[in-house]
Amino acid sequence: MEPLAIYQRVKERFGDRVLEISESKPDPFCVIDPAAIVEVAIALRDDPETAMDCLSNESGVDYKDRIEVVYHFFSYQLRHGAVLKVQLPREDPVVHTLEGVWKSANWMEREIFDLLGVSFEGHSDLRRILMPEDWPGHPLRKDFVEPLEYHGISTVRESPIIRLDPKRK
Amino acid sequence: MSTFHTEEMTLNMGPQHPSTHGVLRFVVRADGEVMREAVPDVGYLHRSIEKIAEKVGYHGFMPYTDRVDYVCAMFTNQGWGMASERLAGIEVPKRGEYCRVIAAEFNRIASHLISVGTMGMDIGAMTPFTHAIREREMINDLIEELCGARLTFNYMRIGGVAWDLPPGWREKALAYLEHFDPILEEYNSLISFNKIYIERLANVGVVTPQEAIDYNLVGPNLRACGIKWDLRKDLSYSVYPEFDFDVPVGSGEWGTVGDSMDRYMVRIREMHESSKILRQALNQIPAGPVLAKVPRNFKPPKGECQVRIESGRGDMGWYVVSDGTGYPWRVHVRTGSFAAMGIIQKLSRGLMIADLVTLIASLDVIAPEIDR
Repeated sequence: MEPLAIYQRVKERFGDRVLEISESKPDPFCVIDPAAIVEVAIALRDDPETAMDCLSNESGVDYKDRIEVVYHFFSYQLRHGAVLKVQLPREDPVVHTLEGVWKSANWMEREIFDLLGVSFEGHSDLRRILMPEDWPGHPLRKDFVEPLEYHGISTVRESPIIRLDPKRK
Repeated sequence: MSTFHTEEMTLNMGPQHPSTHGVLRFVVRADGEVMREAVPDVGYLHRSIEKIAEKVGYHGFMPYTDRVDYVCAMFTNQGWGMASERLAGIEVPKRGEYCRVIAAEFNRIASHLISVGTMGMDIGAMTPFTHAIREREMINDLIEELCGARLTFNYMRIGGVAWDLPPGWREKALAYLEHFDPILEEYNSLISFNKIYIERLANVGVVTPQEAIDYNLVGPNLRACGIKWDLRKDLSYSVYPEFDFDVPVGSGEWGTVGDSMDRYMVRIREMHESSKILRQALNQIPAGPVLAKVPRNFKPPKGECQVRIESGRGDMGWYVVSDGTGYPWRVHVRTGSFAAMGIIQKLSRGLMIADLVTLIASLDVIAPEIDR
């Protein structure tokens, strides 16, 4: 099935909980009400017409006025995929976890929590994965400013390019 | 009469451990030699490649992609190139695609050699590693002639490849394949069916097909579970449809389908298939330009896309959001090692501590690919 046909099918079933179907080039996507994401995911997985057996990618994007969590579903049986998004407020982004639907969501959600500060309700083990536990802020936010030092270790250093000729400025 | 008391203990394996090939840490809860659970703790190598992409622009990011997977740099190059081309609607000339396939398949052999070689080392045999490295060095010689690097290969550009094959290179590459095929047979007969290998690898860390898809395992790790799925064949890209090759899958010859031995054998057989593709590509390569016309000031239109390629470690997905400027708004790399690490906690329950080492080796995880 083509992605747009899949989104139409979701739209028929979930009505106004599908907020937007975008024909963005090259990949079209579909925006879902955050409260409905688990239901939609289960429907996409269990419907034999879509049969999305795999959550192949989950990533977060900071758009300055909102934070989006982007889900790439894929069906190994039917060889098609779909892109779903939820839009969350920047101050307190919360969405329910998809861990109960696909196990692969566990680590990918931890990464989004770590780097973008989205918290996933019902996640079994939501803690930082890449950054140290006491790291301030979320590095992939557009307004993140790197601290000058971390536990007394400077994060700035001189340019590693060695000036071979000392007379040349 | 005394009772024998056992006590649970917590062991730290890594961050620097000779068998993890990179900085990885496992917190192991063990009862004697038997693991209750091994919890992976990653992130020691995190260098925010995705953030760098937002700062350096499309052309400028190409050399950084090498660092995502330093053993498979050609694939990361290709993934980034294809994602940018798809956003901007650029078509790569045919000869360029052939050069890409040739470089990538040589890289796949080199990567699998590292994987099967270090696996021997993890089990306690040093010689297979030196054999694998010797072969890899010869491939590195060929790739060095292509792009000047021996580790972080950087041959591809947005729109094709940087340079055409050097004069006489094609003959050298074909001669190398003549040499490589018998070596692979020899490697097989010396090591692959070794009793110690089979005892250590068979029936260890069995992954069922449902689990593999649920945890999003990709590439050789997925195929070892008996699922015949290869992006080069199933969601074909580049010029792969023009070549005739097989997709090896695990069959549980020595134990259960989807165990460590299957993952090892799939890699051995894939090297043979790559060699088949290389022969065809080197013989059929058409004449023509290798690089499409791409503006220096590369600004793809607003939009987003995901490109998936079959890297040495499996499905590598590049999700790129463009806001219409010369700098990508967001780049996210979905890699095979990240998912493979996610499943270790589950697989480790009830295994011996020594099995953890072979389990990591058979999943073929690369630290920078997990952390990025």
